[in-house]
Amino acid sequence: MDKRDTAFLKQQAKRVRIEILKMLTEAGSGHTGGSLSAADVVTALYFYKMRHRPDVPNWRERDRFILSKGHAAPLLYVVLALTGYFDTLLLKTLRKIGSPLQGHPCSKTLPGVEISTGSLGQGLSVSNGIAIGLKIDNLNSRVYCLLGDGETQEGQVWEAAMTAAHYKLDNVCAIIDLNGLQIDGPVSKVKAIEPVASKWSAFGWNVIDIDGHDMEAILNAFDEAETVKGRPSVILAHTVKGKGVSFFEGKVEYHGIAPTRDELEMALKELDGNG
Amino acid sequence: MAMGEIVKDTREGRQSIVGKSMATRDAYGETLLELGKKRDNIVVLDADLSGSTKTGKFAKAFPDRFYNIGIAEQDMIGTASGLALSGKIPFASTFAVFETGRAWEQIRQTVCYSNLNVKLIASHGGITVGEDGASHQSTEDIALMRVLPNMTVIVPSDGYETMQVINAIADFYGPVYVRLGRAKVPAVMPAEYEFKIGKAYPFHIGRDANIVAMGIMVSIAIEAARILNDSGIDAGVINMSTVKPLDTGTLLNAARSCRLIVTAEEHSIIGGLGSAVSEFLSENFLVQVRRIGIKDSFGCSGKPEELLKLYGLTADDIVETVKEALKK
Repeated sequence: MDKRDTAFLKQQAKRVRIEILKMLTEAGSGHTGGSLSAADVVTALYFYKMRHRPDVPNWRERDRFILSKGHAAPLLYVVLALTGYFDTLLLKTLRKIGSPLQGHPCSKTLPGVEISTGSLGQGLSVSNGIAIGLKIDNLNSRVYCLLGDGETQEGQVWEAAMTAAHYKLDNVCAIIDLNGLQIDGPVSKVKAIEPVASKWSAFGWNVIDIDGHDMEAILNAFDEAETVKGRPSVILAHTVKGKGVSFFEGKVEYHGIAPTRDELEMALKELDGNG
Repeated sequence: MAMGEIVKDTREGRQSIVGKSMATRDAYGETLLELGKKRDNIVVLDADLSGSTKTGKFAKAFPDRFYNIGIAEQDMIGTASGLALSGKIPFASTFAVFETGRAWEQIRQTVCYSNLNVKLIASHGGITVGEDGASHQSTEDIALMRVLPNMTVIVPSDGYETMQVINAIADFYGPVYVRLGRAKVPAVMPAEYEFKIGKAYPFHIGRDANIVAMGIMVSIAIEAARILNDSGIDAGVINMSTVKPLDTGTLLNAARSCRLIVTAEEHSIIGGLGSAVSEFLSENFLVQVRRIGIKDSFGCSGKPEELLKLYGLTADDIVETVKEALKK
């Protein structure tokens, strides 16, 4: 999956968004806004950057992806299905009784999910542990960890930030999905996290600031992060919550609400129409 | 009653510990060091208490497999989980109150829900922590760990048993919580003892009463049983070192043999060994039950032996409880 083809990846990101909206509508509940905001970044990882083998989910030398913001489960499920970890038909079972596609990712039920998440703030610590293990084993695989911006209000994130810097975990790459909104409102109003770049920088991280919907910039950021030695990298991905569907964009209400059938129809028209 | 005595034991690593009075945390430190020599997939994490938890010995011998996460217990649990995901066997240690309390939700979400092979080995369980007082005395940890699905909970009674527990859990896949103590405890387990997860050790099954104990309370229960036997009451002692899964077979056998079951634990009477035993017996065999433990209160500063007296955890307290209950 090492195809540095921006047009192809943009097309995949659109497919990913369409599948997310369909599965959320089918489920009748779930997190729309934060799945769409991170869709470009995660598409770039699964369709370009990461070395992984969907037919051998536990391949020892794979790069790892940890979805610390576990509520973006629909996004993870879609990229796993589209890259071949399981049948796309399973996407329809999201959040239904007996489904391996739990409301938040469960590693015991679904291949490709590295660790169960959903309770925020824990993924970066796990990523560090995996990264240390990889170094012990002399494997050059990398660990990518996606966090929400509101999620960085969790103290454990900063404990982990210190650990990664202290142990010089240059095989860790965190991505913060800076969509600016959390359930109760704008992050800046609920509890401000700015200045984000200087915080991570002060914690000893290499900081890469990008437009999280600019595919070329995303690919460059991942490539740059890989060249930085001796310290971990964090990509600050400035995004729009609900990105790709005009009437979801920037709307805090769509943090945890699924589209209605009518909204889905309108959304699909928009996505099909714009490229 | 079989008691620990110094016996020549040729099994590797056992000679130095069997029959020796020592703190269980010291036995942990020694065993971990030996394990580290034998197996290179053992990694150890601590949260700035490696001198007290005794992981420091391992750290000194294997600096490349020891990670001090600093005063950050939640992060320690997450990091240990990641190491487990990459095929290592992480032993993560700090004081019991911080390990199980501060990081409880991390243990729930990341370790237990994903059923990861993380070993949580906590020192400073119970009130015999002593002078540091309630903030550092863990009297709720067994309840907190026992309630978690996939978790195994073990409280060894002496150094020799601790050594066997640490070796056994290294060969067992899944999350395990082991509670150790700060204070020196007498050796109680006999040289021929073989620890098995989920298997209790009955020293003797009494016809009048049986005391089901864990950790330091095993030696105190043995003393209580001696006093009771001297006064004509046939009292037995069961070392229920695995609190979860509970050895219900041994428990049922003891309950059927006597008129009274007494539980003894250096823990709150809510949620710990007494609760586990009562839950099982109330649904399976009706027998009088009395719980010896901390009666829904916090600890305080003092010498360990003073605290055991203050909180009603001495042999005399057990004797009195048994005599009182048998009168009815």
